[in-house]
Amino acid sequence: MTASSPGTTPSSSGRSGPVPAPRPKFAAAARPELADTRMRRNLRGATAALRGREAAAAAETADWEDLREAGRAIKDDALLDLDSHLEELERAVTEAGGTVHWAADAAEARRVVTGLVRATGAKEVVKAASATTREIGLNDALARAGVTVRETGVAEMAVQLGEDAPSHLLSPAAHRDRAEIAELFRRAVPAAGPGLADDPEALAAAARAHLRDRFLRARVAVTGANFLVAETGTLVLLESEGNARMCLTLPETLISVAGIDKVVPTWDDMEVFLQLLPRSSTGDRMTPYVSSWTGVTPGDGPRALHLVLLDNGRTRALADEVGRAALRCIRCSACLNVCPVYERTGGRPYGPVHPGPIGAVLTPLTRGVESAADASLPYASTLCGACADVCPVKIDIPDMLVHLRGKVVESRRRRPVPTPEMALMRGLAWTMGDPRRHEAAVRRGARWARLLSRGGRIRRLPGLLGKWTEARDLPAPPPESFRGWWDRTRA
Amino acid sequence: MSSREEVLRRVREALAGSRGARPPVPRGYARRLAAADAETRADVLALFTERVADNRAAVRHVGADEAGTAVAAALWGREAKQIVVPADLPFGWLAELDGVRALADAPAVDLDTLAAADGVVTGCAVAVAQTGTVVLDGGRAQGRRALTLVPGYHLCVVHADQIVGTVPEAVGRLDPARPLTWISGPSATYGIETTRVEGAHGPRHLEIILIED
Repeated sequence: MTASSPGTTPSSSGRSGPVPAPRPKFAAAARPELADTRMRRNLRGATAALRGREAAAAAETADWEDLREAGRAIKDDALLDLDSHLEELERAVTEAGGTVHWAADAAEARRVVTGLVRATGAKEVVKAASATTREIGLNDALARAGVTVRETGVAEMAVQLGEDAPSHLLSPAAHRDRAEIAELFRRAVPAAGPGLADDPEALAAAARAHLRDRFLRARVAVTGANFLVAETGTLVLLESEGNARMCLTLPETLISVAGIDKVVPTWDDMEVFLQLLPRSSTGDRMTPYVSSWTGVTPGDGPRALHLVLLDNGRTRALADEVGRAALRCIRCSACLNVCPVYERTGGRPYGPVHPGPIGAVLTPLTRGVESAADASLPYASTLCGACADVCPVKIDIPDMLVHLRGKVVESRRRRPVPTPEMALMRGLAWTMGDPRRHEAAVRRGARWARLLSRGGRIRRLPGLLGKWTEARDLPAPPPESFRGWWDRTRA
Repeated sequence: MSSREEVLRRVREALAGSRGARPPVPRGYARRLAAADAETRADVLALFTERVADNRAAVRHVGADEAGTAVAAALWGREAKQIVVPADLPFGWLAELDGVRALADAPAVDLDTLAAADGVVTGCAVAVAQTGTVVLDGGRAQGRRALTLVPGYHLCVVHADQIVGTVPEAVGRLDPARPLTWISGPSATYGIETTRVEGAHGPRHLEIILIED
């Protein structure tokens, strides 16, 4: 799966267009990543550094818990009246001179954006990093329409040049070290030349030089948005490089694509999120740049603003009373940086849209658990709870993972042929439903288990059970069960 | 059914039965600086200075009558030959420019001229002590957004009375109908090994002159 594979929803299947290859389950996709020691080292370094910065930034803020509580409540309020907030937002954006488009799914969003770009006649667009446009597979759609897309963030550029999939929400090239990025730039950025050093300053300068002229000539830009303020029709975007500022101010036409979950009710609510998001994502007190824009401003910035509001499964998540809270997510990536599973597998096994713990809940919530790949995501966790502890809007990810595991089991239960796991569980229920059957099974099981053990440990169980011992050893059961011992000595 | 109607219908269906009275948003977070940080006005300015420095930007305190000298000295320090300024920049700030050509952005200069400039001098609308941030809203002495974006060097003049303690105070002072840019240090990238490195697409150098009255 590449970064630009089109995202699909159940509602968009059956339509003509490219059919994405089936995605492997999480465990299968994670195997090659786990074997890549360089990637694991790079990621471990990146997440450890961010973890430390985030913890320090949160500890510095005496009212951190109050901010989290406010952030949670504001987002919940926004979601529970989402229809009226969206209508208010549309009204305000329109009054300020912008145009609002609605897209029920990824295919429609692609169509809308492609149509808007075509209408300008531009053959090239500049684009600031946005997980939402990745979700809808926008780059491929524009390429098919004959439009060249320039990713403008340093990391996005590296991912695009390497024809790679992003691995981190905040820093898509977190799996690459400076030497690898320098190698990509040397090959693909003509101005950089073969002598490009691999220190970060030189690499940032090469990206700047490479894109500068493209920014100055660009007529159309595509960005995402971090927040949409319903009351005022204001779009808010946080970034650090200035590439998003270039996109949202220099071209004539600006197309911003945002999920309907990005709505917050009032401008004053930004006082909470402008504190929560920077500290949780990079550990900065404030991101180097925060931009906000409301419609168009004569003499300053684009002459046309289009806001594309995307559903693509978000209402499906909204309908799930437990899962709904995942839509509070402000995409800070704090949960990635503390996750022991993510730190070892990287973001790519989670699929094309959202990596890490939040991806493991958002993807199945928005797409459903019909496909084996999406159904495998709720199991991509140790349920250690670190993600819930750091989430700035208090999303209880482990609770949601357990809830989704239940949904996966429910959806499998209805199948005419039971899964091996289901058959096994039914057999166990039958065995354990009767004390004599249970005792007989324990005796027999212990005998078999001892036969399988070597030196007091079972290294590999046969057949389907083998998956369970793939990553762990079991102690061999003792020669006598507790019940047997009790009967012998106390009876 | 239009997509608009379809999305709104899905939202309403998803929320059916879940609405109802909700407790008000608990806003127990701090709106002002803690007393220890803001006992006097000088404490607030000191905090601003410290936080700007944390953001890797230079900051210099000057008296009201020294603004022109300080602006000129900063530009000489960067060996600037030609700068661009908003048309309504206070005249006094540029009074001592010797050997530096200041081009007013009226009519708007083209992007190539802007890109070739050695820097830009602006004021700001609000500054935030807690985060070391200056906020520009396109108002007086600030110009359009491209000015503080395209050149490699941004010199921002801040009046002491424009500095507020916290983000909530700044949000309260700003009008979201105007295009806002919050600037906390020079352009930086996290794209390489997820560590902050100064210098990407925006200005690589940010300097602040703080006018104390």
